[in-house]
Amino acid sequence: MLNQLTISELTAKIASKEVSAREATQACLDRVAAVDDRVKAFISHKNEDALEQADLIDDAIADGATHAERPLLGVPIALKDLLSVKGHPLNCCSKILHEYVAPYDATAIERLKAAGAILFGRLNMDEFAMGSSTENSAFQTTRNPWDLDCIPGGSSGGSAAAVAADECVGSLGTDTGGSIRQPAAFCGVVGLKPTYGRISRYGLVAFASSLDQIGPFTKTVKDSATLLRVMSGADKRDSTCVPELVPDYRAALTGDVKGLKIGIAKEYMVEGLDSEVKDAVDAAVKQYESLGAEIVEVSLPHTSYAIATYYILATAEASSNLARFDGIRYGLRVDGDSPADLYKNTRGAGFGPEVKRRIILGTYALSSGYYDAYYLRAQKVRTLIRQDFEKAFEKVDAIVTPTTPTAAFKAGDKVSDPLQMYLCDVFTNPCSLAGIPGISIPCGLTSAKLPIGLQILAKPFGEETLLKVADAYERSTEHHKARAEL
Amino acid sequence: MADQTFDIEYVANLARLSLSDEEKQQLGSQLGQILDYIDQLNEVDVEGVEATAHPFPLVNVMRDDVIEGSLPHNEAMQNAPKKLNGLFQVPKIVE
Repeated sequence: MLNQLTISELTAKIASKEVSAREATQACLDRVAAVDDRVKAFISHKNEDALEQADLIDDAIADGATHAERPLLGVPIALKDLLSVKGHPLNCCSKILHEYVAPYDATAIERLKAAGAILFGRLNMDEFAMGSSTENSAFQTTRNPWDLDCIPGGSSGGSAAAVAADECVGSLGTDTGGSIRQPAAFCGVVGLKPTYGRISRYGLVAFASSLDQIGPFTKTVKDSATLLRVMSGADKRDSTCVPELVPDYRAALTGDVKGLKIGIAKEYMVEGLDSEVKDAVDAAVKQYESLGAEIVEVSLPHTSYAIATYYILATAEASSNLARFDGIRYGLRVDGDSPADLYKNTRGAGFGPEVKRRIILGTYALSSGYYDAYYLRAQKVRTLIRQDFEKAFEKVDAIVTPTTPTAAFKAGDKVSDPLQMYLCDVFTNPCSLAGIPGISIPCGLTSAKLPIGLQILAKPFGEETLLKVADAYERSTEHHKARAEL
Repeated sequence: MADQTFDIEYVANLARLSLSDEEKQQLGSQLGQILDYIDQLNEVDVEGVEATAHPFPLVNVMRDDVIEGSLPHNEAMQNAPKKLNGLFQVPKIVE
């Protein structure tokens, strides 16, 4: 089945004309039709549009286009509902966008199109990317393909579940505090959050602008490297996108980690860390040792303050970013007698509970009299968290941790307790605050047959090392080959 | 530091967000809990520490002052819920 292939396997078959882009796309659409009533990863998808794109790619290949120039020719990629694709709906899984249709392409989307990818579907997520289970979507709750009673993680839950269920060959998500890595861990796929500033965010709906990053979900580390390279690089339409050169990340995947120093931090061995998760991560560390890496203890002393810091900064930025949803220029409009009433009525009707909670918290943290106590203090603690990593990376090339303290939990388990939901992000928030790259790769299953994620962190723009370390584990183990039975 | 009884009406008005009575009550108690948790930041010694606004601050990002194509007017307006003569329509502001 073509939808089960990795990107590199599929492109090899397309390049040799063994299969067409249309056949690959049709295989994914057939899979969506067969399983998505159970997984519920997609909130919408247009089959004809996807097949038209595929036909254009097949024409281009017939005209001599090659994967050397356009590395994603014929690769079906599905998208989180937070990214603009010209002419496609964009809802952020919120009621407030109403019937919004994107008038332009995001830069990451433009680059994927130029590389020959077939972009289809809108994937479910927590409303405005706020959540850790995808239960905050205004549309539906996505299920974990490994156990349909469990959530897929969040906020990019649909993106992770769609790849785990083989409904697409790769997908895009976004990560603000762990929203790629945590669902990747829960669904047993590879999820990469690049360095802050690596990929342009033009055309991505903003949640917390000092944290948001776009990143890929794939079945292998090599595929992750392929998508990263296509999307990375400076963009004059996003001034936060860094003009750092984009290397050929795949060339770094040598499998050789001999002599590399890999850090482990005792601050990640916290109370509440599930013993099966701990055992799997310990085994991964041993695996690295056997591959010739040197294991070094490092200390990240401000780790435990990351969640509190994150929830002040992210909500403050969100309260400002989401001010644009006012019922005037786009989206839902609920009339009122004055402009202020119109704003209030529209926002009251359009935003869901978690978004309201975060807007209120963020507005409070920025309000007169509280700014220094909350926002400014959190920014200073953020500096300390960043410095923890700077010091650690003087000693080591990469750090490995569990991605999450537990495997996926049951739907409904944490919905009524927002603080418990926030604590799910304990291992992913610090990396986001420091702006460094992080990846989650599969490293085993629990006794209940739920995936466990290994998180690897590297220094800013250290994606080559990050991917090399991840790939070395992947090629020497079988965990990434485990598939959910649906 | 956490003000458990913070004025939700006041904050909701600042955020231009209408909330039902039920929402006010629920949000109030949940935010009290969250702020209690956030209070642990008071334990951290931040004396002399600079604030991080962006992980890698790029300053003075410039581009050439050249006029380029932009979204056509009708496309920029295509998602407006109410428009008149190519303009966004809003409730009357002046008496």
